[in-house]
Amino acid sequence: MDSMILTLLIFLPVFGAVAMLPAAKIVGKDNPNIFKWIALVITGLQLLLAVVLYMGFDSTLSVSTSPYTVQLDWIKHFNIQYFVGVDGLSMPMVLLTALLSFLSIGISWNITKQPLGYFALFLLLDAGMMGVFLSLDFFLFYVFWEVMLLPMYFLIGMWGGPQRHYAAIKFFLFTLFGSVLMLLGMLALYFYSDPHTFNLITLIQTASSIDATLWGMDMRYLIWFALFIGFAIKVPVFPFHTWLPLAHVEAPTAISVILAGVLLKMGTYGLLRISYPLLPGEVINFAYILAFLGVINILWGAVNAIAQIDMKKMIAYSSVSHMGYVLLGMAAVVSTNDGGAQAGLNGAVMQMFNHGTITAMLFMLVGVIYEKAHHRYIFYPDDYKDPALAGKPGFGGIGAQMPVFTAFVAFAFFAGLGLPALSGFISEALCFIGGFSVFRTLTIIGTLGILLNAVYFLRAYQHVFLGPLNEKYKDYTDMSTMDLAIVVPLAVIVLFLGVYPAPLVDMIAPSLDALIQIIQSAF
Amino acid sequence: MDNSTLFALLILFLPFTAFLYQLFFGKKLGAQTHLVSLGIMGIVLALSLGFFFQLFNHDLTGPILDVSGEWFSTGAFTLELGFYIDKVTIIMLMVVSLISFLVHLYSTAYMKDDPRYSRYFAFLGLFTFSMNGIILSNSLIMMYLFWELVGLSSYLLIGFWFEKNSAANACKKAFLTNRVGDIGMFIGMLLIFFTVGTFSINGITGAVTNGAFEGNMQLLSIAGVLVFMGAVGKSAQFPLHIWLPDAMEGPTPVSALIHAATMVAAGVYMTVRIFPFLTPDALQVVAVIGGITALGAALIAITQMDIKAVLAYSTISQLGYMIMALGVGAYQAGFFHLVTHAMFKACLFLCSGSVIHAMHHSLHHLGDHHTDPQDMGNMGGLKSKMPITYTAMLIATLAISGVPFFSGFLSKDAILAGTLSYYHTYHGWTIFLPIAGFGAAMVTAFYMFRLIFKTFHGKPVKPEIHEHVHESPLAMTAPLIVLSVLSLAVVFTLPQINPLDGHGWFAHAVGNGAHAAGLDIKHVNDGIHHAHHDAMNISLIVATLGILVSSLFYLFKIVNVEKLTSILNLIGLYSLSKNKFYIDAIYNALLYKPFMWFSKLASTIDWDIYDQKIVDGWGWITMKISVKSQEADYNWLDQKIVDGFGRFANYFGNELRTTQSGVVQNYLMGGIVGLVAIILIFQQF
Amino acid sequence: MNLLESYLVISSILFSLGIFGIVTRRNAIAILMGIELILNSANINFVAFNRFGGMHKLDGHIFTIFVIVLAAAEAAVALAIIINLFKNAGSVDVDEANTLKG
Repeated sequence: MDSMILTLLIFLPVFGAVAMLPAAKIVGKDNPNIFKWIALVITGLQLLLAVVLYMGFDSTLSVSTSPYTVQLDWIKHFNIQYFVGVDGLSMPMVLLTALLSFLSIGISWNITKQPLGYFALFLLLDAGMMGVFLSLDFFLFYVFWEVMLLPMYFLIGMWGGPQRHYAAIKFFLFTLFGSVLMLLGMLALYFYSDPHTFNLITLIQTASSIDATLWGMDMRYLIWFALFIGFAIKVPVFPFHTWLPLAHVEAPTAISVILAGVLLKMGTYGLLRISYPLLPGEVINFAYILAFLGVINILWGAVNAIAQIDMKKMIAYSSVSHMGYVLLGMAAVVSTNDGGAQAGLNGAVMQMFNHGTITAMLFMLVGVIYEKAHHRYIFYPDDYKDPALAGKPGFGGIGAQMPVFTAFVAFAFFAGLGLPALSGFISEALCFIGGFSVFRTLTIIGTLGILLNAVYFLRAYQHVFLGPLNEKYKDYTDMSTMDLAIVVPLAVIVLFLGVYPAPLVDMIAPSLDALIQIIQSAF
Repeated sequence: MDNSTLFALLILFLPFTAFLYQLFFGKKLGAQTHLVSLGIMGIVLALSLGFFFQLFNHDLTGPILDVSGEWFSTGAFTLELGFYIDKVTIIMLMVVSLISFLVHLYSTAYMKDDPRYSRYFAFLGLFTFSMNGIILSNSLIMMYLFWELVGLSSYLLIGFWFEKNSAANACKKAFLTNRVGDIGMFIGMLLIFFTVGTFSINGITGAVTNGAFEGNMQLLSIAGVLVFMGAVGKSAQFPLHIWLPDAMEGPTPVSALIHAATMVAAGVYMTVRIFPFLTPDALQVVAVIGGITALGAALIAITQMDIKAVLAYSTISQLGYMIMALGVGAYQAGFFHLVTHAMFKACLFLCSGSVIHAMHHSLHHLGDHHTDPQDMGNMGGLKSKMPITYTAMLIATLAISGVPFFSGFLSKDAILAGTLSYYHTYHGWTIFLPIAGFGAAMVTAFYMFRLIFKTFHGKPVKPEIHEHVHESPLAMTAPLIVLSVLSLAVVFTLPQINPLDGHGWFAHAVGNGAHAAGLDIKHVNDGIHHAHHDAMNISLIVATLGILVSSLFYLFKIVNVEKLTSILNLIGLYSLSKNKFYIDAIYNALLYKPFMWFSKLASTIDWDIYDQKIVDGWGWITMKISVKSQEADYNWLDQKIVDGFGRFANYFGNELRTTQSGVVQNYLMGGIVGLVAIILIFQQF
Repeated sequence: MNLLESYLVISSILFSLGIFGIVTRRNAIAILMGIELILNSANINFVAFNRFGGMHKLDGHIFTIFVIVLAAAEAAVALAIIINLFKNAGSVDVDEANTLKG
C-alpha cells in the first residue's frame, strides 16, 4: 500500500478526467453537476491520500530509504525511470497542491461554461502538478512539467477574463521558453554525466564531476544558467515576471489560486530539487546574484503593487514581492554563520507553503466580491468607460455591509503583510534572518519590503472596506456558507502555522539540512 | 510548571479568551456582554496584584521568573519564547491591568449605545493580551511579535468608527508609521543577534558585559539606535510622532488606554529593557530625540482647540520626557514618569471623554449634528455641571504640571535633575536638554491650565449646550476617582510621607538600573542627586510661571489673547504651532507624494514600457521576421525555384508542341531523318 | 556490279520514291500509292535475296505472296478510311486531318 500512495496521488486525477468521458455520454456535456462532483470526489480522495501520506511521513528518512519510493524502468534504452518519492522538500508542496486543488473545485462550483472541459482539464493540471513535486527522475519531471502547461493554457484561454487569449498565449510562450532551456540543461546533464542517467539522486554524485566546455564556457555553468532561467520564469524572478500579473488577472478565480498558490512554487522547488544539489559549486558562485534578484523582486513587486487599481493585479504583484523573500532565503544557503543557512532555507520553504495558503485566500476573497460586483477596482481607471466613475473609488465602506467577509479579508491582508501570529511573519522573518547573515546590506534594503507590503494592503483595505458605505452596494449579502467552507480551512492553517510553526519546520528541516550539507561541502 | 509561570500564562492568555469570546459569542449577552470582559480583566488585575505584593519582599533581588521554551527549531537555528518577570515587569503589569480594567469599566457607559459594542470589547481584549505579551517577554523577538500585535489592535481600535474617512485614514497612518520604526527595530535585532547569537534581552546584556562587542562598540551603538527606532515609532517620538494626534479618531477610552497610558509607553518600556546595552553614544541620540519631542510637542499643544488634540500632543511631549530621561541615564526617573504619567494621563483622557460624552448627549438632545463636541471653543463653565469630572481633571492637571504633592512633580523633577546633571558632565550643546526639559515643563503647565480654564471655567460659550450637560454615570466617574487618587505623590512614596524622600517603595523596587555598555551608572546617579535641588527650584518656578500666565490669559482674561496671537503671528509663530510645525505637510510633499509618483512610474515602466514594449517587442520582432521570411519563402523559394521547375517544363513543352503538327507526314519525316541519323552514327563505329 | 546489287538498287529507288510520295503528297490516295511502292520494293528484295541465297527454299516467294495479300487488304482498309475522311472533312487532303495536333 505504501508504495502505491504516490502513484495514486498522481494518477487518480487522470483517472477522474478519463471517467468524465463516459459520464458525459450518459448525462450530456452541459450538465455541470456530474463533472464537478467527480472532480470534488477525486480531489477529495487525493487530499485524503496526501494526509495519509503526511501521517506516515518520517522526515528523517531519505528518499532512498523511504517506504513510499517507487523506482521502475520506463524507457530502459535511455535509462529513463518511473522514479517517484517524497522527502521534506516535496511533502509540504504535495499537501499544498492537494489542499488547493480540492478547495479550487469548491471555488469553481459555479462554472457553467463547458463544465466537462473545465473540470477534466483541471484534473489533468492537478496530476501534472502532483507529478512535478513527486518525480525524482529528471525526464519524468520534465514530462509532468509540460503536461501541466497545456491544461493551464486552455483554462486561462477559455474560461478567463476579457483579455484571456492574450494572457494565455503570453503565459504559454514565457513558460515554453523556459521549458526549452530546461530541456537543454536536462539533456546536457544526461549526456555529460557518467553513466548517462536522468536519476536525480544519482546525478547528485555525478553531475558535479562534469568537466567539459562549450564555446569556451564551463559546461556546468551553462547547465546552471539554462536551468535557472527555466525555473526563474515560473517563480517569476524579475525580469521574467510580466506574464504573471496578466495571467492572474485574466484567469478565473480558481485558476488564479492554483497559479499563485502552486505553480509559482514549482520554480523555486525546481531550483531546490535540481539545481541546488546537482550544481552546488555554481550555487555558491551565484548566491549573491540570487539574493540581489530576490531583493529586487521584493521591492519592485511591492512598489508596483502600490500603484495598482485592480485588486487582483495588486495581489499578483504582491506574489512577485513575496516570492522575492523565498529567493533571498534560498540564497542564504551559502551562509557560514551558525544557523544562518538553516534559517534562510527553512524560511524559504516555509514561505513557499505559507504564501500558497495566504495568496489562495486573497484570490478567493477577491473572487467573492467580484462575483457580486463584477469588478475589482480599488479605484476606477482614469479612462473608464463611464466617465462619471473614472478615477473614483470602486467600493468603499463594505466593512459595514459585509462584516464577516471584511474580517476574513482583514485576516488575509494582515497575513500578507506579515503580521506576527500569522504564518507569513515567521517565514519572512526567517528569510531575512538567513539573508542578513550573508548579505547584510542587501537584506537591510530588502526589509523596506516590510513597510511597502503594509502600504498596499492597508491602502486597498481602506478604500474598499473602510469609509462611508457606497450606496451602490447597500444590499449586498455577506459570504455564503460555501465561501466560508473554503476560506476557513485556509485561515485555520495560516493561524496555526503562525502560532505554532514547529510541525512545518519539523517536516522540512532534516531534508534541508542534507541539502545544506551538500552545498556547504562544495566550498 | 510553578505558580509564577502559570500566573504569567494566565495573565497573558485570559484577555485573549475575552477577545475570542466577544468575537464569536459577543451577541449572546447583548448589552450585558461587557460582563465577561470585565470579569476576565478583574481576574487579570487580581493576578497582577498577586505579583505586585512580591515587590515588598525585600529579599528578592533577581528576577522572579525567567523561563523560556523552544518555539521551533531547525536543528542549528532555534527560536525561543519565554517570560521574564522582575520588579519593573510587575509594576508595568500592574499599570496595564489596572488601567485596562478601569477603561473596560468606563467603556460600559461610554460605548453603551454603539452597534458594535461586543466588537469593541473584543478589540480591547486583544489589545490587553498583546500588551501583556510585550511586558512579559524575555527576548527581543517575542517583544517584536507582540509589538506588531499591539499595532494591530491599535489599528483596529483607531479605525473602530471606520465609516469616518478620517478614522480610516488615521488607522492606516498609525500602522504604517509604526512599521517604519519596526523595520529599524528588526534590523537592529538582527545586528545584535549575529554578534551575540541570541535574542534574549538578558543574554544580550550578559554577552555585552562579557565583551561581545569589544572593539566594535560602534556596531552596538548603531544596533541600539536601530532597536530604539521601534520605540520612536511606538512611543510617537520625533520624527515618527505624526500618527498619534490622528489616532485620536478612536473612541476616547481607547485613547486613554492605548494612546496615552500603555501602548505608547511600550516604547519607553522597551527602552528601559534594552537600557543596559545602549552605549553612551546611542543614549545621546535617545536623549536628543526625547528632548526635541518633549519641547516640540508641548509647543504645538498650546494652540490646539480640540480637547483631545491638546492631550495627544501633551502625551507625545511627556513621552519625550521619559525617553530623554533614559537618554541621560536617569533610568529610575524615566520609568517612574512612565508610571505616574500613565495614571494622570489616563485620568485626563477619561475626564475629557466624560466631557465629550456629556457634550455629545447635550448636542444629541438639541438635535445638533454639526457642532464639534470636542472643540473647547464650544465649552466653558462646565465646572458646576460636572463637579466630579472637574475635580479629577484638576488633580491630574496639577500632577502633569509638576505641582508639589502630586505624582508628576516627583517624576518630572527627577528627569529634570537628570538633564541638568547630564549638562554638568558633558557641557557644550547638551545645555539643550535642560532647556528643553524646563521649557516644556513651563509650556505644559500653561497649556494644561488653558485647557482647564477654557473647558470648566468662565462663562459657557454656548449656553444652550451648557444647559443640557450632565455629570457622567458612576461607571465613568469611578475610574476617574481611582485614577486621580493615584495621581497623588504620596501613593508612590509610601511608606514615607515626605515627598522629597527618595526611599519610597517605588524607588526601592526599581533601583537605579544597571549598565553593561560603558555608562558609569553610579556616577550618573550621584550627578542626579547633586542636581536635585537646583532642578526642583527651577521646576517650581517654571510651573508657577506657566500656571500664572495661563490664568492671566484665560481665567482672568487680563491679556487679550487674540491681539497677542496676531502679534505673534507676524513672524509666523502662531501658525507654526497651529500647523504642527508643518511636519505633516513636509512629509506629504517630500515623502508621500514623490513615493506615490514613483510607484505610478514604476507601474508604467513595468507594464506599459517593459512588458508591452520590450517583452512584447520580442513578439513584434518575431512577427516581423516571420513575415519577411514568409515573403522570402514564397516569393523566392517557392515561386522562383520550386515553381521554376514547372515553369521550365511548361516552357519547353510549349515550345515542343509546335512540332506536334498532327500531320502524319511530318512525323514520318522526323522518323526518317532520325533513322538516317542513327544509321550515320552507327556507321562511325 | 553483280546482279543482286542491281536488284537492290531498283528496290532502293522504288522505296525512296515511295517515301518521297508519302512525305510530300497531300492527297491521301497518292500516299496510299507511295505505300504500295514501298511494299513492292520490299517484295523485290525478298525475291532477289531468295534467288541469290541467304534464305531457305521458297521463303522469299512465300513472304512476297503474303505481302501482296496484305497490301490488298491494306488498300481496302486504307481506302475505307480515306472515304470516311472525305465524308467528314470534305476532302482527301491529309493536312486537313490534323486532329492529333498537340
